[in-house]
Amino acid sequence: MDKGQSTGSSERLLAEAISCVRGERLLFRNLAFALEAGQAGLVTGPNGVGKSSLLRLVAGLLQPSAGSYIAPETKALCDDRLALDEHLPLEQTLGFWARLDGKGPADVDDAMTRAGLGHLTEIPVRYFSTGQRQRARLARTYLTGARLWLLDEPANGLDTVSVDQLGRALQQHLDDGGIILAASHIPLPIAFNFTLKLEQLEELEACL
Amino acid sequence: MKSIATIIWRDVRQSYASGGTWLPVIFYLSAATLFPFAVGPDRALLLQTGGGILWIAALLATLLPLDRLIQPDLENGIYDQLIVRGISDEMIAAARLVSHWLAFGPPLLLAAFLASGLMGLEGEALGTLLASLAIATPALAGLAVMIAALTAGLKGAGALGGLLLVPLAIPLLIFGAGSLSAQGSGALLFLSAISLLLVAITPFAAGAALSAVRE
Repeated sequence: MDKGQSTGSSERLLAEAISCVRGERLLFRNLAFALEAGQAGLVTGPNGVGKSSLLRLVAGLLQPSAGSYIAPETKALCDDRLALDEHLPLEQTLGFWARLDGKGPADVDDAMTRAGLGHLTEIPVRYFSTGQRQRARLARTYLTGARLWLLDEPANGLDTVSVDQLGRALQQHLDDGGIILAASHIPLPIAFNFTLKLEQLEELEACL
Repeated sequence: MKSIATIIWRDVRQSYASGGTWLPVIFYLSAATLFPFAVGPDRALLLQTGGGILWIAALLATLLPLDRLIQPDLENGIYDQLIVRGISDEMIAAARLVSHWLAFGPPLLLAAFLASGLMGLEGEALGTLLASLAIATPALAGLAVMIAALTAGLKGAGALGGLLLVPLAIPLLIFGAGSLSAQGSGALLFLSAISLLLVAITPFAAGAALSAVRE
């Protein structure tokens, strides 16, 4: 198992003693956790403690400075970036990701309905409100069909009805044998198998 | 391979739909129109210098789309999502090179054809000019993608990009414009070699820049 590489075909997420240094600051070290099919993990902690970095690391966008992990081959990342063409109608811009993920128009419709955007398919994304943008990010995530969902504050900007809707989509994913690793300040309406509490490493920072 | 075609198709469609493709063309044509006004309608002078002027205008037109090539998709998280799907930085850069050339090369050649009429270029000279530009546009597109990737996320990236591109484009200009002179047949071959080299290193140089900006 190479450092920082996912070995691909694994059905589970397994992290062994991973550490992350960003901008000469140690964010976390010796993190270890395991998630089997159908399990969910929650990452909590104060702002700037490295929750997003942990998710980006598992997504393969950052390299761990030490340790290793294995992850399912198909991953979906839902962070604060929209990754949708704002001038295009929602259906069209989701269609780009659908083609990349080998999905069809029916899957796009399904994802939009599950995210509560069924009535906005023809509207260009730039007219969306904060909550609608968040739901568009979620629709893009549902659409991937990926086994592992990495969710960074998935309930940000959502109203209570939408949070319930999100909870149903997450539960459905778990029931289908999916894995979820989420960072959230807003309580999510699913049962998590563990909570990973990240803390500031101030003394360690001084030692470095 | 299918996913690369999907990415290229999105970029090309976006370039043509946003009108960004026609900006360099209009710039190119207006530069070519200004030149006869500036030096006067002396046909012999225009014939002698016109090819070189059209070449310089092509280099300047390369600068126009620099800040739209990489920055918007990088900021929007499109590239992050592609990486999560297992598409490498080099592949992303290669796709960007192809899509940028498709939106930049053919319109520029069309504009050069129109502008050469203003300079009175015809026959063999016109053929050589279009051939040299056709050979050089992939390299110009490659330089633009590399520099856009290197400067993505920096303040004042546009001005910096111009400073970076001009020296790197000098070999292209020397052999491209050189091919227009009487003893220029070897110049086209040199131009082809330089163009191939720039196209070949673009995916790796731009890919390395994209992966560095993520850290």
